[in-house]
Parts: sequence; structure tokens; C-alpha cells
Amino acid sequence: MGTELGKYKLCVSARSTNKKLLKHSQDGGIVTHLLAFALDEGIIDGAIVAATKEFAKANPSKIMRDNSNFDFPEPWRPIPAIVTTKADLLAAAGTKYNLSPNVSMIKEATRSFGLDKVGIVGTPCQMQAVRKGQLYPIGLRDVGASIALAVGIFCMENFPYQSILQLVEDHAAMKMESVKKMEIGKGKFWVYGKRGQVVQLPLKVTHKYEQPGCHVCLDYVANLADISTGSVGSPDGWSTVFVRSKIGDSVWAKAIAAGAFETQPIEKVKPGLELVTKLANEKITKNKATLEERKTFGVGKALRNPYI
Amino acid sequence: MVDKITVGYTHLSGCTGCTVALADNYGGLLTLLDRYVDLKYMPTLADVRHIQKVDVSFVEGSVCINDKLAVQEIKETREKSAVVVALGGCACYGNITRFSRGGQQNQPQHEAYLPIGDIIKVDVYIPGCAPSPQMIRNVAVMAYLLLKGTKEQKDLATKYLTPLMMAAQRGTTACFCDLMTEVINQGLCMGCGSCASACPVRAITHEYGKPQGERDLCIKCGACYNQCPRSWFSFEVVENYEAINEAIMAALQ
Repeated sequence: MGTELGKYKLCVSARSTNKKLLKHSQDGGIVTHLLAFALDEGIIDGAIVAATKEFAKANPSKIMRDNSNFDFPEPWRPIPAIVTTKADLLAAAGTKYNLSPNVSMIKEATRSFGLDKVGIVGTPCQMQAVRKGQLYPIGLRDVGASIALAVGIFCMENFPYQSILQLVEDHAAMKMESVKKMEIGKGKFWVYGKRGQVVQLPLKVTHKYEQPGCHVCLDYVANLADISTGSVGSPDGWSTVFVRSKIGDSVWAKAIAAGAFETQPIEKVKPGLELVTKLANEKITKNKATLEERKTFGVGKALRNPYI
Repeated sequence: MVDKITVGYTHLSGCTGCTVALADNYGGLLTLLDRYVDLKYMPTLADVRHIQKVDVSFVEGSVCINDKLAVQEIKETREKSAVVVALGGCACYGNITRFSRGGQQNQPQHEAYLPIGDIIKVDVYIPGCAPSPQMIRNVAVMAYLLLKGTKEQKDLATKYLTPLMMAAQRGTTACFCDLMTEVINQGLCMGCGSCASACPVRAITHEYGKPQGERDLCIKCGACYNQCPRSWFSFEVVENYEAINEAIMAALQ
């Protein structure tokens, strides 16, 4: 198709040069180290990330307390939080594989939390929300220009919390609180336990638990982020990185100059961009088909198409 | 002067918050007035207060149909304007005036208020309570480009304004319930959180990643629905966000 990877100025395989950080991170530690670097350099003065129960408990002032999280969330249920230090970032690192409405904090970050330069991490749909919000800031007064760095993560689909609960506790037969890491890779959903046990589920099992809203999404690699990253395409422990916007370009160049990341040309690594392109096309083709099906879903009645 | 577009501002039953939001563009507003806009009439910011013939009219507030003057003004606005823009939640969707049932001093008989789209045809919506200054600025720049720009600029402005024109065609109600009926019930919500951040009254939180509306708090402004990337989304526009943002900023330099 040619447009499946979006516009980008640069694509590399990269990983953080901070070994301690890599212990906490999902893959190459790109998101965590990039935000830590941006905090250090004053490029951002805080970031909206998907934090955890433990983080929320230890830092109640860095989340928005409301009825939905008053008793603090369950293990592995993400909660959007504002982090302002490297330690906070490390505490929040890693992929949670269920919904974290990070954009819900984008205005509050500039209000209650007093940030002038906001960093945000999010899925491709959340990057779409951020950019729509900058061009059509209907209820986002003064927010658009405050967004100093938007880091996107590759995303095939996401899960409601209860789906993850069902996958981990019913299918993988593990307790949520005993899970150390979750991962989707090599065609499987992996659950790693704190005692060292590993359970793998075929993706066939996970598909029915995906949230329906993902099935109309036409973006795999966060085309609208400043910098987007994900494991696909790079060797284990490394991440594929797309540098997309002028902001992204400037931040990435500074981070490289400061030695934050080691990189390899994406052409040199296996499986490389070929796999990213293949998966992007798979997602887009499948979801375009869903959009087509929605047109003739009923008898003379269509389901709504959000795209103009 | 020749190249400016003529603009009017009709103020009906609204709280002046939209006017303040417009004024909150500060220097940007002055640049708009210097270069692009000839403000023909406006009750608050101009001396001329009677409706004139203009290219674009912004209307703030809903119409009290028990008030002859308001009804006459909205009709006259339509007759004398090439383009009518409903500015803010009240003009678009009724907003807080939906809850009016009269009885207020000093016109207790003024009880029935309608969004302007129920009285006249409206071309463009700018929802929000109040709409952000940047949203008003963006639409003003795009309206100028649409009427006075080069062919490319006209194309860009058309693309940018299309969703807002479609919003005007869609109807005169939008509130949290529209997120339920048009987004969640349609299987389109993916839990990004835009609605909660757009809500001016903090009526929306997220339960397990999906919006939960406190409907008693909802003022029916339509900000959540229109901010949602799954209510409407134009790839053609949003994919060029960098260039468009730069063009708007350059226009105001």
C-alpha cells in the first residue's frame, strides 16, 4: 500500500544504553529513556503515562482520584498518571495490555498539575486523539501548544481489563498479582510469573477478547506520534523506532548525541521493516474489511463510520 | 482592506464566554482584525451593534423563541450572511439553556430556548463551552482562506471545515448520551480519554478505560462528542497536522 508505516524521517532499531532501565522496560526501553531524557533536558516538565496500582498507591497526588479509582485499581490495571521524575518513569515502565485513557489527562496536566510542556505516551488511536485535539481543540483550551512530545507505541489491538483478567486467570491459570510481565510476540501472548513460570497462549485464543473499537483502527505504528516505537521488526531486547515530526527529529537527535540509545540500521536487523510492513498491512486490511462489513451490517441499515 | 472578509457577531442567549474566548486570542485577535477580518458589528467588541450584511456571522447563544427581538435577529443574521457559524455549545446544541424553564427575573416569561439550528440553517459548528480560543482562531483563519485564499488554500480550508459543516448538518443535540449512542453503542470507543479531557464540567471519568458520564452534571455542550476521535475523524486533515498548525501560526505572525 505504501502508506502503512506513515510519514517518517528516520527509522532505526534501538535500545537504551541504561542497563538498569532495561530491566524494567518492555523491550528496548525507548519510551522510558526518551521521556527521562526529555525531562532531564527540560524538553518536557512532566509526562502522562500508564502507571500501575503500586505507583498510584505510592503517589496519590500524581493521578486524578475519582470514583473509578478511589479504592485504587487492581493489579495490572493501568491508571493514567503524571510523572515528573526518572524514578516515577521507571516505576511506570512496561506494557500493560489493557486500556489506559491517557488522553483524559491532557488538559488536567496543564491545569491541576501545572505543566507547560507535556509529554504523552499512547497507542496510535491516542495519537490520533492528540492531533485531532491540536487541530480541533473543542474543549482543550491552551492544550495544543503545550504538547511538547508525543510518543506512540505500535499497537495491533488492545484489551479491556476484564479480558486480560480472563486471559491470565482463566486461560493461563495465573494470579494477576503474581504476573511479572506480559508480552505479545512471535504469534503468542506470553505471561511471565514472578516465580519464573511462563505461560504462552496462541493469539487465536486472545482475539475474541479484543476491544471492538480496535477493529476499525487503521493505524499500526502510531503514524501521528512525534516518535513511535515497538518491538516488532527488531531483535529481542531492541525496539524499532520511527522518528516522524520536526519535534521528534530534534528530540531524537539530542538523545542520540547524549548517548541515550545505541542504534543499528533497520536494514541490518532481522526481521526488519519487512515484518513491520506485513503486520501493518494485515491490520489495515482486516480493519478496512470490518469498516466495509459495517456498511451492510443490518438490513438496509449501516453501522456508523467515524472516518470522513 | 479589500482582501479582508467581513464578519459579524450576533449575541443571543449566551453568557459572553464565547466572546471572552475569542478575545483570549490576545495578539492573535489583533492580527486577525488587522489583516483578515473586517468586524462589521459585534455587541461587545465593536461600536456597530446592528446586524449588517457580511461574509461570515458568528452567533453566540441560543434563541429565546419567546423574545421577538432574538427571533428577528437570528433570522436577519441568516438573511444577511453568506456563512453562519454557530459559536459555542448554546448556539450549536442549546447547552445549559436546555435546562431553562423560565421564571427568571426580569423576563420570567422567557422560558423556551432553542439552538439556532432549530430556527435557521447553520453552515458551521464550533462546539465547546466555551470553545477554545485556538479553535475559534483556527476556524477564523480557515474561513478567510476559504473565501480569499489561493486554490490550494481553499482546498485545505474546505477539508478542515468539512467535519464542522457535517456537525452542523447532523443536528442540534449532542451531550454525553451521544457518546453512548453514537460511539460506544456503535462499537467504536477505544478508550483514549479525549471526552473526559474535553468536558468543561468534569462529568466524565473512565471506568476500566471506558467513559462513564455523570449525566446529572452534563450540561449538553457537545464538547465530548465532538472531541472524540471516533465521532468524526478526517485523515486528510489530521495526517497533515504539522503543516496545518504551521500555516495557521504563520498566518498570525
